Amino acid sequence: MYEHDVIVVGAGGAGLRAAIAAHEAGADTAIVSKLHPVRSHTGAAEGGINAALREGDDWELHAYDTMKGSDYLADAPAAETLAQDAPEETIQLEHWGMPFSREDDGRVSQRPFGGLSFPRTTYAGAETGHHLLHVMYEQVVKRGIQVYDEWYVMNLVTDDAADPNDRECHGVVAYDVQSGNVEGFKANNGVILATGGPGQAFDHTTNAVSCTGDGHAMAYRAGAPLEDMEFIQFHPTSLPSTGVLISEGVRGEGGILYNAKGERFMFEYGYANNSGELASRDVVARAELTEVNEGRGVNDEYVHLDMRHLGEERILDRLENILHLAEDFEGVDGLVEPMPVKPGQHYAMGGIDVDENGQTCISGLYAAGESACVSVHGGNRLGGNALPELIVFGKRAGRHAAGDDLGTAEIETGYGPDVEDETETELPVQPGSAGLDTAGGVAADGSGVATETDGLLERAVEAERARVDHLMDKDDGVQHAQIRAKLQKAMTDYVNVFRTDEGIRKALRVIRECREEYQNVYVDDPSRTFNTDLQQTYETRNLIDVAETIALGALVRNEFRGAHWRQENQERDDENWLKHTLISWEDGEPNIFYRPVILEGEKTYEPKERSY
Amino acid sequence: MSTQQEQPQEPESQEAPEDPEMRGTESPQQERLKEKEQGLAQEEAVDESDVEGETVHLKVFRYDPEVEGKQEPRFDDFYVPFEKGMTVLDAVMYARDEFDSSLTFRHSCRQAVCGSDAFFVNGRQQLGCKTQISDLKQPVRIEPLPHQEVVKDLVVDMDHFYDQMHAVEPYFQQEELPDGDLEEQRQSRENREKVKMSTRCIWCAACMSSCNIAAGDNEYLGPAAINKAYRFAMDEREDEEIKEHRLRIVEQEHGVWRCQTQFSCTEVCPKDIPLTEHIQELKREAVKKNLKFW
Repeated sequence: MYEHDVIVVGAGGAGLRAAIAAHEAGADTAIVSKLHPVRSHTGAAEGGINAALREGDDWELHAYDTMKGSDYLADAPAAETLAQDAPEETIQLEHWGMPFSREDDGRVSQRPFGGLSFPRTTYAGAETGHHLLHVMYEQVVKRGIQVYDEWYVMNLVTDDAADPNDRECHGVVAYDVQSGNVEGFKANNGVILATGGPGQAFDHTTNAVSCTGDGHAMAYRAGAPLEDMEFIQFHPTSLPSTGVLISEGVRGEGGILYNAKGERFMFEYGYANNSGELASRDVVARAELTEVNEGRGVNDEYVHLDMRHLGEERILDRLENILHLAEDFEGVDGLVEPMPVKPGQHYAMGGIDVDENGQTCISGLYAAGESACVSVHGGNRLGGNALPELIVFGKRAGRHAAGDDLGTAEIETGYGPDVEDETETELPVQPGSAGLDTAGGVAADGSGVATETDGLLERAVEAERARVDHLMDKDDGVQHAQIRAKLQKAMTDYVNVFRTDEGIRKALRVIRECREEYQNVYVDDPSRTFNTDLQQTYETRNLIDVAETIALGALVRNEFRGAHWRQENQERDDENWLKHTLISWEDGEPNIFYRPVILEGEKTYEPKERSY
Repeated sequence: MSTQQEQPQEPESQEAPEDPEMRGTESPQQERLKEKEQGLAQEEAVDESDVEGETVHLKVFRYDPEVEGKQEPRFDDFYVPFEKGMTVLDAVMYARDEFDSSLTFRHSCRQAVCGSDAFFVNGRQQLGCKTQISDLKQPVRIEPLPHQEVVKDLVVDMDHFYDQMHAVEPYFQQEELPDGDLEEQRQSRENREKVKMSTRCIWCAACMSSCNIAAGDNEYLGPAAINKAYRFAMDEREDEEIKEHRLRIVEQEHGVWRCQTQFSCTEVCPKDIPLTEHIQELKREAVKKNLKFW
């Protein structure tokens, strides 16, 4: 058994920042991550970090843009905290040596991004995330913070008080990928989940193969609700064959979108008469797919993103990485031809329900970064707002877990007095474990929740060991890859940019089938050494749970807001839907409820029509 | 165990016997393998009759210290349907998901930034995700990075590489920062440009694996770590005395002077970092500072 004050799960931007903050606050801190830190998917972020650094800009404008971009589903205290803390945190990165792009006077450069009223996206070429990740890992090395890399966290160790609000998280159970050992990690102060997004629930995604929503699923099964899971951002410019991301920076620098007829459709068909290509991501993604659906797509599949007119010098200076990506992954030379692009799953605005200090309703359990939902992004995230979220809220979670006083949170978590129960929607199938046989504990049954605090960790370790033995001793059945592929296809077919009630219902039926098939899953690789088959089998189970919450959220929210578009309801419905969707796992069943959005912080944000 | 030594032998277990009867009945695991091979043969038949028709022949290095039949390294053949734009990573993922889930390799981002999937492909260190199948001669031979211990299949032990990276104090060390709230350090565009390439390193270890010197001298810092030192030593935001401290680290016995400018690291770097040039420049800087050299 290992023991630390604070255990951070995941070593991307949020996890590293949380670990540094917890360490600086005096806690014995360790990072447990299924990847070596520099492999984390933060490294793939291209665009930049929004921060109000310059004269003419201020945090109020940043907060306003964020609230508008969210389609008024972000909580004001979260958006304001982000906008207020981002400048200091961005400069902190500069002080740690981050190689930002520079102006003539030697100060860090900023550029325009979609949905911003001021060019406040601070960047380092088109590889900002790579530099951010490496700079923070350097600081972790400098401080000698312990990293357990290539350890896969299987479950949280939580007691089973009847009300999740009374539960406490005591640590995690993890599996050393290299040796196959399953061990307990006791956390004296807290566990911070920083496990990234759930993009692998979809089959056309910009996300890494590792983005399997592990933290989401573990927190969910332990009783912390998932919030606003229906809000999935589809990035308008991913390469068609691989899903590799082409940064919004291309459009920020002046890149233009054309349909097959060579028309600049963002203007010519009136999708965004003011901002054109730099409208919010959801607006551009829908415009592209509408072009394709109406027969104006290139090869009936994609549109063109042209940056040739920017000139070789400017492209090489600011967007060089894009040239490499287009060439290596699509065989296109961005200097001589336009690049094919289409929407791809990119980001989950929702996540584990936390307050602005990173805390869930379970005492000692925190989440930060894409795995969390504070909520900063509401219905739609602005480009350049993900990286500041990592550093601002990663730091806050780290400090709070280490015992620093950050004041009382204004945002509520869990099932509390202000929530409203879902009563209206009839479901096509029974979601959740639905009484399925849970032999070997392989079903999503809330395992890891034990009865007494004494020996809790030891029992949780034994439960996971038994699960591993069950999966490995079983000699036939279904392999996880088959189930995963089926799940991903259903999500991309039915819970994509354009959603219908009927389609979402189909997806829920397929998810239910996946869950049933998973009862019979087995791990073929008989080795304890670096058994990625076993790890991925665990991940696939997490994806089933997460995909179900995405589809459930999409089904119940019968309005169009931000990235969530419904064919039957093409209007935003502020009268009924200025509220967050929350789904918690209760005795094997998802329980859906709502909490009102907070539109009043230091400023008030009156919902307005969102036009660009 | 190093793949370099094992590589010349064509392992006997490479081809399964033609006649399924000859293989006898063994463990359930082998039974399944057999079924898979039959499935594989069917796949091939289907593909040949297909209009597209093309399959890719992969020969993949296999080793597992605890699995019978894999303790002695061998090569397995996989026939994967070809698709336009298919990379080496796509091909091994297909082989794993469709034919043999025990086929093991690191991978994550699929876009050449996480640095997980450097393999030895047709005798050259390359990132699997960035290498187009259509650019390769068949059969495509895929092996783990040479000169590193093999953990299993294409997975090598990276600890030594990480140790070398950590040995150069790979973190910014400027203590004195500008006064004033939110005041950043200034850096000229030229200086940022100077360090730009060196900051692109993704720690894939292709360079280290390609380097003959590193193969012979286990303590040699290696191209990636020296490049990391360059990244800081050339950054004008750090003070002169820190730069001198950094030069002392890289000019030690197993540092820059070991490099014999063979350019193998520069040739294999997937990020086109001019590693050899960076090493040379640090040698010149060390001479300028009158540091002793070996």
